[in-house]
Amino acid sequence: MLAAVSFLGELLSFAAENAGRLARLSYEHVAITLWTLAIALPVAVSLGVVISYYERAATVVLWVAGVLMTIPAIAFFGVLVPVLGIGNPPTIAALVAYAQLPVIRNTYIGLTQADDAAIEAGTGLGMTRLERLRRVRLPVALPVVMAGIRNAVVILVGLAAIGAFIGAGGLGDFIFYGISAGDTAMIVVTTVALSALALAFDYAFGVIEQWLRLRNGEEVDRAVLTRTLAAVHARLS
Amino acid sequence: MIRFDNVHKRYSDGTHAVDGLDFEVEEGTTTVLVGPSGCGKTTTMKLVNRLEEPTDGTVYYDGTDVEALEATELRRRIGYVIQDIGLFDHMTVGENVATVPELKGWDADRTDERVDELLDLMGLPPGEYRERHPSDLSGGQRQRVGVARALAAGPDVMLMDEPFGALDPITREELQDEFIDIQREIDTTILFVTHDINEALKMGDRIAIMRDGKLVQYDTPTALLDEPKTKFVEEFVGPDRTLKRLRVLRVEEVMRPEVPDEYADIVDAFQGNDAVVADGGEIVPVAPTDSAQVALSRCIQAGVEALPVVEDSTVVGVVTESAIRNRQSEGA
Ligand SMILES: Nc1ncnc2c1ncn2[C@@H]1O[C@H](COP(=O)(O)OP(=O)(O)O)[C@@H](O)[C@H]1O
Ligand SMILES: [Mg+2]
Repeated sequence: MLAAVSFLGELLSFAAENAGRLARLSYEHVAITLWTLAIALPVAVSLGVVISYYERAATVVLWVAGVLMTIPAIAFFGVLVPVLGIGNPPTIAALVAYAQLPVIRNTYIGLTQADDAAIEAGTGLGMTRLERLRRVRLPVALPVVMAGIRNAVVILVGLAAIGAFIGAGGLGDFIFYGISAGDTAMIVVTTVALSALALAFDYAFGVIEQWLRLRNGEEVDRAVLTRTLAAVHARLS
Repeated sequence: MIRFDNVHKRYSDGTHAVDGLDFEVEEGTTTVLVGPSGCGKTTTMKLVNRLEEPTDGTVYYDGTDVEALEATELRRRIGYVIQDIGLFDHMTVGENVATVPELKGWDADRTDERVDELLDLMGLPPGEYRERHPSDLSGGQRQRVGVARALAAGPDVMLMDEPFGALDPITREELQDEFIDIQREIDTTILFVTHDINEALKMGDRIAIMRDGKLVQYDTPTALLDEPKTKFVEEFVGPDRTLKRLRVLRVEEVMRPEVPDEYADIVDAFQGNDAVVADGGEIVPVAPTDSAQVALSRCIQAGVEALPVVEDSTVVGVVTESAIRNRQSEGA
């Protein structure tokens, strides 16, 4: 009991003493994650759109994206570091590969969800293929795509810690350092920060997903923040 | 306006859905394509806006082979209500109706104005319905949105594929009646598909009866009832032709555009106050567009021989029971 209390005290004092550095590492971590998304999303969503038109390519693309996910980060680094050097670039490149499967898959599934009758009506009213994509299929798919992005982001936040291994910074720095120094408090506090970050991303993207569903007229159990946003939106409009 | 010239459609699986169709939908009419399920009605309709291509023959739109027209351009000029409505559930009612104007690049103000006008026309007050999603609406309301969406850009031609097919009988009657009024207002050429002969008789100026991809008779409702050309048509039209003729006969076709002395008291009685008790009951006037059946049943109910015909709250003539009877015996 006493030991537990004193360990908790140790964690708190570590967190208090290193708040500034933790904040900086969290910031780096978030930056890596956002850069990854900025590159990965256009690629994955485009691929999802393309394979929704070419069923036969779909199997291959999804299979490749699946295989990418099974490649260990260390193996990626082995190939990427000689080309891209150390630090952020190889880390982000590897993370971009990991983000593909959930986003491509959800884009593909989302795009098949538009009602056949709605597609036919769209055609009959004079929409071109591109207009059908933009006005009917994509808006219907968007919440599903967002669920895939949310899924990817949680994976990315966890995986980004590995980047510290090749000097990319982020919360991984403290974890690696804690391991080599045998500093349990450091490892635990950093891990908690990492989880909190993942949960925050998850929640934020969850809210966006809900908002998209609401906009599409779907029934959803609103999270607190979504309710707040909806209220604000109602007041503004 | 739309002419079918020896049109065939054979699907890739060998189904001969349309088998040598030759007829013309005349400008300004409502032409109803009617026939049993699977006889090729939907296919025929899709040949007009190029959702299907004929395997033989030619479809002309306003004198031009549709194959020579750009498909999306053509479709934006033709209002289309598909069999399953196919509303865009992710959009609001207003956005659904705005679809074709937006595709055509109308400016936002003009589109908004048009959307409100159409929602009003379809009995969906814009203030209440514009921002709602189709999933909040009843079947009848969804169907109205489908019709409004098709009408939005003021099409020259409307294609309506069993637009009231999925509705309960009461809602269907309601929408049919409303649509007959709307039809007068918009004055476009309409090709209307149904499998229900009563709906066809009610809605159509001309009726094309189809069977197995072929046209078996193309006539006015009255002619169809008077002279069914084949056994199939006779059976399809059904046994109670006299009653049906009463339904297709409009008051304006048998009314007298003046008020003869002998019926002056009926009209006076009606005008004196709106709930006059005749022998039987209240005299309820008819509109020129009401059917002879309605007029006859109101005559019987009120126990009178004639009824005032009222349009825009003024009496425009009378319709008599005997005039209806005479017209009936001419036809039979
Ligand atoms: N895309 C298609 N491929 C093959 N057969 C079809 C297709 N569409 C319709 N058919 C067939 O063509 C015939 C006519 O269909 P349709 O035009 O839908 O009839 P209706 O609208 O009168 O019920 C039916 O036998 C139907 O099964
Ligand atoms: Mg059909």
